[in-house]
Amino acid sequence: MADARIQVPAQVRRGDTFEVKILIRHGMETGYRLTDDGKQIPRNVIRLVTCRYNGTEVFRIEPSSGIAANPLFTFFVTARDSGELVFEWVDDAGERASERAAVTVAG
Amino acid sequence: MRVSAFVACAVACVLASTVIVVTAQERGIGLDKLRSGSTYMGADLRAMQADEFANTGMLWVERGAKLWNARAGSAAKSCSECHGDARTSMKGVATRYPAWDKGAGRLLDLEGRINQCRTSRQGAAPLAFESEELLGLTAFVATQSRGMPIKVSIDGPAAAHFERGRALHQRRVGQMNLACTQCHNDNVGARLLAENISQGHPNAWPGYRLEWQSAGSLQRRLRACYSGVRAELPPYNSADLLDLSLYLAWRAEGLPIESPGIRR
Repeated sequence: MADARIQVPAQVRRGDTFEVKILIRHGMETGYRLTDDGKQIPRNVIRLVTCRYNGTEVFRIEPSSGIAANPLFTFFVTARDSGELVFEWVDDAGERASERAAVTVAG
Repeated sequence: MRVSAFVACAVACVLASTVIVVTAQERGIGLDKLRSGSTYMGADLRAMQADEFANTGMLWVERGAKLWNARAGSAAKSCSECHGDARTSMKGVATRYPAWDKGAGRLLDLEGRINQCRTSRQGAAPLAFESEELLGLTAFVATQSRGMPIKVSIDGPAAAHFERGRALHQRRVGQMNLACTQCHNDNVGARLLAENISQGHPNAWPGYRLEWQSAGSLQRRLRACYSGVRAELPPYNSADLLDLSLYLAWRAEGLPIESPGIRR
């Protein structure tokens, strides 16, 4: 499940806001679909995504079955100190994953 | 004298049987009128396709890049150990497929060619069609040709496949009794429910289709059309799908490869 693409600028200036993007590979099974023989496919969507910037949470979303497969999340963060962004997410099946991205702050 | 006449005759016979001359009238859509499927999409989807980061198909390309460097099979060799940097060695390769493969003795599309390499060079089991691995590797190889024009060979042993593909493209099938040409030559641009009918070109594949919520191959997309006209679906890797793919690639000659394309 730990299969994601993350985009953070190579370098940012202190005080500036910068864009963070994360594209997570996940089937986002809605729970509304049936198999060919009529059985319900259980819901399995990412239910929580968080991002911490040097330990402080800067982004949190609780997606539901209305979100498409392989979701892309884009948000803005204000640059304070060099460090890292830690992304964590968990789905209905209880599978957890995390990714890290370094942030270099100049000035 | 008699010998040279015989040779000349033989050469003429070979030429007649292997070189296909197609006049402009025989192309359903002239080369100057070709339009990629992406031009029928909305601006949002075109932007999604063009965005190297947000293009969802890139998840598969990235997985393919990892597989390119992973050792496999009894030869314990990776793709990169023979082919090196895919950015140079695989550039333009996807524009030439499907192609007749001398080693295999049959027509192969890019997926088939990758599996041919796996079985004959790596000593590994072929990857299942439409598996994440095969889609990833194919998308990774195809994306090295992004922007390059399609140009397949329909000469020699490929000629018979091309003719069969052309016949399939014109043959009515299924409960709807429709041929490919009736939508994709005769009614291009018309509305089909919420969609605009495109010219039906293969240059986006492997690509990401929103309806599937997943990446998929050209063969999967063709099977979706068979399903749309309520015809029996040809199995993956069947002669029908490969021959049709060759004809479609010839028909799209000059269109740039967009893999991984985004389609509705």
